[in-house]
Order: sequence, then C-alpha cells, then structure tokens
Amino acid sequence: MNWWHRLLRRKKMEEQLEKEMRFHLDQHTAELMAQGIDPEKARRRARMALGGPERVKEECRDARGTRWLEDSWQDFRYAMRTLRQHPGFAVVAILTMAIGVGASTVMFTVVNGVLLRPLPYPEADKLVAVNGHTDNFNTKLFGKQNVAYPDFLDFQRESHALTLAGILFNGGTASGAGEPEYVNFNEISSDVFSVLRVAPAEGRTFSAEDDKPGAAPVMILGYSFWQRHFGGKAGVLGSSLVLDGKSYTIVGIAPAGFRLYDSEPDICTPLGQDTAKYLRSRGPHPVHVLARLRSGRTLAEAQAELSLMGSRLAVQYKDTNRDRSFVVEPLRPEVGDLRSTLWLLLGAVGLVLLIACTNVASLLLARAVSRERELAMRVALGAGRGRLVRQCLTESAVLGLSGGVLGVGLAALGLQPFVAFWPGALPRAEEVQLDWRVLLFALTVSLVSGFLFGLAPALRAPAREFEQVLRAGGRSVVGSSRRLHSSFVVSELALAMVLLVSAGMLGRTLLRLSSLDPGMNIQNVLVAHMALSPGVLADTGRIRAAWQDVLERARRVPGVESVAIVDTFPMREGFNAMGYWPTADVPPENKQPQALATSVSPEYLDVMGIPLRQGRLFNEQDRMGGELVVVIDEVLAQQAFGGEPAVGKRVWMPDMGYGPFVVAGVVGHVRHWGLAADDQAQVRAQFYYPFAQLPDKLLRRWSELMSIVVRTNVRPLSEVPSLKRELRGAAGDQVFYEVHTMEQLASDSLAHQRFLLLLFGVFAGLALVLACIGIYGVLAYLTGQRVPEIGIRIALGASPSGVMWMVLRQSLGMIFVGVALGTAGAWAAGRVLKQLVEGMQSMEISSFATMIPVLVFAALLASFLPARHASRVDPVIALRQE
Amino acid sequence: MATKSDLPQGTLDLLILKVVALGPVHGYAIAQRLGQVSRHVVQVPQGSLYPALHRLENRGLLAGDWKETETGREAKFYRLTGKGRAQLETEAASWQRLTEAVALILKLSEGGAE
Repeated sequence: MNWWHRLLRRKKMEEQLEKEMRFHLDQHTAELMAQGIDPEKARRRARMALGGPERVKEECRDARGTRWLEDSWQDFRYAMRTLRQHPGFAVVAILTMAIGVGASTVMFTVVNGVLLRPLPYPEADKLVAVNGHTDNFNTKLFGKQNVAYPDFLDFQRESHALTLAGILFNGGTASGAGEPEYVNFNEISSDVFSVLRVAPAEGRTFSAEDDKPGAAPVMILGYSFWQRHFGGKAGVLGSSLVLDGKSYTIVGIAPAGFRLYDSEPDICTPLGQDTAKYLRSRGPHPVHVLARLRSGRTLAEAQAELSLMGSRLAVQYKDTNRDRSFVVEPLRPEVGDLRSTLWLLLGAVGLVLLIACTNVASLLLARAVSRERELAMRVALGAGRGRLVRQCLTESAVLGLSGGVLGVGLAALGLQPFVAFWPGALPRAEEVQLDWRVLLFALTVSLVSGFLFGLAPALRAPAREFEQVLRAGGRSVVGSSRRLHSSFVVSELALAMVLLVSAGMLGRTLLRLSSLDPGMNIQNVLVAHMALSPGVLADTGRIRAAWQDVLERARRVPGVESVAIVDTFPMREGFNAMGYWPTADVPPENKQPQALATSVSPEYLDVMGIPLRQGRLFNEQDRMGGELVVVIDEVLAQQAFGGEPAVGKRVWMPDMGYGPFVVAGVVGHVRHWGLAADDQAQVRAQFYYPFAQLPDKLLRRWSELMSIVVRTNVRPLSEVPSLKRELRGAAGDQVFYEVHTMEQLASDSLAHQRFLLLLFGVFAGLALVLACIGIYGVLAYLTGQRVPEIGIRIALGASPSGVMWMVLRQSLGMIFVGVALGTAGAWAAGRVLKQLVEGMQSMEISSFATMIPVLVFAALLASFLPARHASRVDPVIALRQE
Repeated sequence: MATKSDLPQGTLDLLILKVVALGPVHGYAIAQRLGQVSRHVVQVPQGSLYPALHRLENRGLLAGDWKETETGREAKFYRLTGKGRAQLETEAASWQRLTEAVALILKLSEGGAE
C-alpha cells in the first residue's frame, strides 16, 4: 500500500483500527469473565491492561508513517479556515504577494528567455563560433574578427573535430514582382542548415553543388519575407526573383523564426557562388563562421586543431595570416549589453518582492501576537513546539502559494505588453515565454517567501511561557514584539528608499541628457538609406551621375529645403573609425589615434545645421582633381593640433589609401554615439571628407552604404511618399528605405535610460505604497495594543496632542533608522547604476535631497491615522476594557 | 517511538515476528502467546503491541487480513510476508550471535573475578 493510498483510505483504516481495538478488549473481557470475574470489573481490567485505547490508537497512527501528511492536510484546512475568518487580512496579504511574485516572474521570464534558454537548435550545446584574432586589432572598438573565406574553406575541408558553416551578411535590392525592396540577404555555405539541424519549411536547402562558382543561381526565402512578399503562397518554389539585377530560382523557404545571429534573413543565397574579389583573398575577414562539434569531440580538441591549422596558415601565407590566430567558443545568443540591464532589473524587482514579504511578515506577526492565547491553549493541551511551528508555516505557505498562483496569472497577462514595451526590439523576444523553468521559479519564490515571512511569527509563537500568557489574557506582554515590528518597518523603509533614490537618480540623468546639445539642429531633418539602381553600380561614371541625379530630384520636391548624402549619420549604429596623424611620419596602426570618418556631399554640414567654428564648409569645387580637403570637429582639432589654429594644416590618414588632406574648416562636435553615450565613447574625434573626392576604386563599396539627409520646412515624415516616388530612378529600382527623423533618433538614443527610469519609477512607487501600508499596519496594531495604557495616560491628564506625539515619535524613530540604512543602500545602488547606465554621473546628491522628504512625508502620513486614533481614545471605555 | 516494555530495544519486533511465523494470528492471541511463552518473565504491555504490529505491517514485514474467528467474530489476522520471513531469519541469527557473545563476556568477567 502506498502512502497516498493509505491517506485516501484513511477513514476505512480508522474504522478498522477501532474494530481491532474493540475485538481485543472484548476477547480479554470475555476471558476474564470466564475466570469468574464480574463483567463490569473484567471490562475495566481489560482496558487497564491495554493502557487507554485512544492513546494506543494515536501511537498506531504514528506507526502508519503518513502522520506528517495527515497533519499537513489538517494544518492546511485549518489555515484556510482562519484565512476565511479574516478575509481583509487574507486579501491584503495575498494581493501583496501576488504583486511581488508577479513582477519578479515577469522579469525572470525575460531573463530566462533572453539569457538562460539555450539557442533553439537541437543539441545547441555542441554549437560553437569560430572567430579570427589579430593582436593589433582593436577588438574593444570593432568587436570580434570574423574569418577570411579561403581560410574558412581550408578549415571546412580539413577539420576532423568540427563541421563548419559560413555566413556573409549582405544587403541588396530585390525587384521583379511589385515595388522594389531593399532586403538583407545572407550568403550562406551549403552546410548552414545541416550544422544548425534546421529543416526548411518548404522545398530544399542548398546542396554542395549549389555552393560553387558558376552554379545555377538559387535562393532560399526567409519565412517573413515569403509571407510579406508572396503572401505565403506555396507556388513560389521554382519561380524566380531578381536580386541586385541577377535572377535567382527560389528552391526553398526557411522555417518561421529562423534567425542567424538574431536577425531573420530576407533571402539566403549560396556563398560559394559569390565571385567578389574580397572573398578570394585572405586579407579581409568577412565570413561569420559557426560550427558543430562532431560526435565525441570536445571544445578543447576543436580549439587545438584550429590553432594548429592557423599556425600552418600563418607560415604559408605570411602576408595575410602572420599574427593571426583562431578562437573557438561556445555559440551564445547575441544579446549585446542587455545582460547587465536584465540582471539589474531582476535585482530591483527582487527588492520589491522583499518589501512585499516584509509587509506580509509584519501583518502575520501582528496576528500571531493576537493569537497568543490560542497558541498557549494548544500548548497547554499538549501540542509540541515543532507542531505549532509547522502549523504557522503551513499557514504562511498557503498565503505564499495563493499569492504565487495569482502572481503567475498576473505575469502571464503582463508579459506580452512588457516585451512589446521594451525599447527597440528585445533580442530573442520570441523565446520569452512561460515555461517550466519560470513556473519552477515562481513556485520556489512563493514558497520561500512564504516560509520567510512565516518564520518570525512561527518561531516566536510558542516561545512564551504559556501559563503567563494565559493569565495575562494576551494583553500586557507585547513588549518584545515591538522591536521585531520596528525592524520590519525599518527594513521596508530602507528598501523603498533604495528604489526611490535609484529612480530619482535615473530621472535626473535623463533630464540632464535630454537637455544636452546634440551638436546640430535635429529639427525637421529626415534621414534614410538609399540604394541606387543595381544597374548603375558597375560603372563609376554612372554612379557619380546617379548620386547627382538623386540630389537634384530630391531638391525639387516641394517642402524640401536642402538635401545631402552621407555614409554614416549620427545616433545610429554605423560608424567608420580610422587612424590619423598630423605629420607625414605616421606610426604603426595600433599607435595611431582614431577618428570617425564621414563621407559627405557638400551641403551635408549645412543640412544638419552643424555650426562652423573656423575656415569654411565644403563647396562644389571640392571635387576630383582639386585639393584634397577635410573638415574636422573641435575635438579632433584639439587632439591633433592642441590650441593652434587648425585651418590650413595637413593630416595623414593611411586607412583612406590617399591623402594627405588639408583642413579646410573646423565645425562643432556632434554627439555621434547618441546623447547619452557620446561622452564615454572611445572614439569621439570626427572629420568629414567630400564624397566627390573618393577614388573610383572605393566608389562602388561606398555607394552601397550611402544615406540621404533631407531638411524640410514642413513635417519631415509627410515628405516620405513624394520622396519615394521622386527617387525611384529611371529603371524604377532605386530604393529609399529605413526612414527616420533626426529627432526620433536622438530621442531613441535615450530609450534605454527612459525605460529603466520608467521601470524603476514603477518599482519605487510600489515600494513606497507597500512600505506605507506596512507602517500603517504595524503602528495601528501597536497602538491598538496600548489602548488601555493610553487610556490611563489620558485619565491622568495627558493631552490628545501629547498622545499623538508619543505615537508619532515612535514612528519617527523607525523612519530615521530606515532612512539612514536606506541612504547607505541607495549609495551602493547608485554605484551599480553608474556602471550599467550610460551617461549616469556619480552620486546625484540632489536625488537624495528630493527623495528623503518624499519618503518621510509618506511614512508620517501613514503613521498619522493610528496616531490620531490613539489621541481619541476614550479613557472610560479603555479602562473598562482592562 | 520508545516502547514502554522492559524488553531490550528491538526485541519486541523479533518476538512478534516469531509468534506470527507460527501461523496467521490476531492481535489478542499474539499478546496471549507472548505472555505464555515468556512465562511472565518479560512484561509486554499490550499497549505497545498494536503500534508495533502496525509499524511492522507498514514496513511490509507483516500483512493483515480480516477473517472470522472460531467464535464467528471478525478479527484482523496477521501473517508473515516473504520479506518478514527473511527479516526474522536475519534478526534471529543476529540475536543468537549477540546473546552468545554477551554470555561469553559475562563468563570471562566471572572467571577474572575468581
């Protein structure tokens, strides 16, 4: 018989136990009677011999081994009964817990989805990334290095430990059916799908034959692109689509949600078919390489193998592969700098949960004190100490769990809005779901919090001398619980203070950052990427003419004031950093200071409203054949030439491949990295150079990156349709895409800070409300206990205001200690925030100065009601109570 | 659960197993048998008998069946399970060893005193 079996058949077993005892007694009585003892006496002797049937039964029940479960069941029902008797208490406690558990569950679900869940591929722990590494490469600035295509091919052919796959990120214009569209397409080696173990949704993946130069052009469509462009029709397999002027046959559809490095490709084409020169050289490193460990192979073996191959390549191809090594690492989801933000938020939510627990603990404690008589009575009737502790804990576990269930419900409702509300796109958002891990987390959190807040009252309950309690009638022995109560209030206040001050610091930071001068006039400026017609890209003369045409056509659109083209514009992720030197004896690459290079058409500085400080801006004469010129910003002028006037000086930029350049003018600094991030950016110096002076060999590459900036004298976004129409080009396949306004981008650059502020604001508000409820509850309880005493005081002549002051003084003491502890906590929290939030400055003393009064005022308000109540005690009634 | 008998710890279980091994028997009969066999040398309070029976049943050493007695009343008859029989053998053997060893020691000490 299993224990649950026994538990279910409890009633029957009780009957049988009773029957067995009765049988025994009857037998014994009968036997004694047979010896001639009279029935009455015989029955008594039989009972004596057995030793009290009830006690024997109790011991038999213990022997059954299901005692703990039966008791828990009993405790559970008892807990439910007591909670039902005090519905107000139950509702407050459960709601408090639900808020705490709900908020932490939402945050944990996000952390779980984004950081903890493995990549959504079979045996994802066997997937690795292969990166190149050169010692003099600035990894901190540019990120990890990828791999040269010929190196990749060698590894792929020779590796015994890994099956490798390569991906090249690219963009182009898809045309043919309907409106031409700029698409991101990935050139992939044929093994990508098999390495990831992903099957196509329709059709097939690439074969080794597709992955060769000269093979028939084929493509796989991304699921979203297929839905968007073809309405998800299955008939597209076998039909063709034009990508950058070349016609491809569609052979497959990638599954929904298929992502490479957290972006869903619109189109995949075979990498091996790309005959571009930079893919045949070991110099550039454009290919992202991921791989799967072959069965039985370890990461260390793979690393050893690649190191060996790398050093062989270094000998064989000295020019390109000297100092070059290769690193194998487990493949991790790309989540950028989100990790710290998420842990920060989880920590903040943890504080809210802690406050909620403290709150419920103080409520429970107050009840435990008023239940002292009941507990003492139970002790008197023979209940063990452990038994009472268990009963108290059961009660708080019931509270915790009910709060937890409600909390998970709240979390399930709140999760989607929260993710949608995330600034920008939350990476791996599709992975953020309630799963077993989240449920386990919520269960653990609610149980642990249940025990946590139940522990203090539980341990305290049977500690008293019960006779004393019974005699005192539960009235005059509250003294020692006061300290425990105060410590709850103090910790709640301290925790609330940490959150309030953090929110305050974030708020001040945000205010300061948004009032910063971006360094240009961001109003009425439209920016968009621009892809020329693929047809013109083959010829440099046609490229220059096409850009000229774009500028002229855009200028003719009504409402457009001025227009320019540029390769990278501020407040976006794109940048182009290169080394510079103010004299001809340029040091080696890793010793050169860096500056941001921006290629522009002459009007750019004017369109953006970047103020001129010295010299001149560009004009139409800065073209091929003219003197090579640059315009530098104040930061570069200061860095390169110190205080001397920079105009007319020359700078060398070896990465440009031509030069030197004459400084034609100095302009103001622009916050390229965003309002918040620019101050701490590694490369701040900027210079601008004329797109018209770009050598022919770079022209095509640059033309694929250019954007257009338009200053309008009407609302900028209203110009988009006419600009789109006007800029379609002669062949109708020029695309104007990813349109933003400069204002929007500047504001987006603070989205992270704004989001954190909002969340911290919400948490701090919750914390404040919970702390106030806590103070109110505890004070109301404590003063309630003191009613007879207060009655005597008033009878002896204490004034109402004096009584009020007495109560308030008590709360002021707690507030003072809470604020002191909270200040220390907030100071520590500020240091953490400063590490994690861009643009945050050291301790913002003013946020302490604003938040402390808020907290003190709210806490005093919460204490006022009980204090007033105490001052209105009627001594006659109070004394009669005693 | 401390037994209130004067029996050495654990011997009550062994005695019960031994009595039940002779054939299915109800609680009262076990008490009787223990009283007779031990010739009142060892006091087995009836009160501790039933918890012990339930414990042994719970551990799967005994099984209980409700059957009619010769007087026609229903009583719970205990019988030994396979596991119980094995347990009885090992416990009996170890008891044997223990008593022999204790006896040996007692003899030695007497010898030493003489």
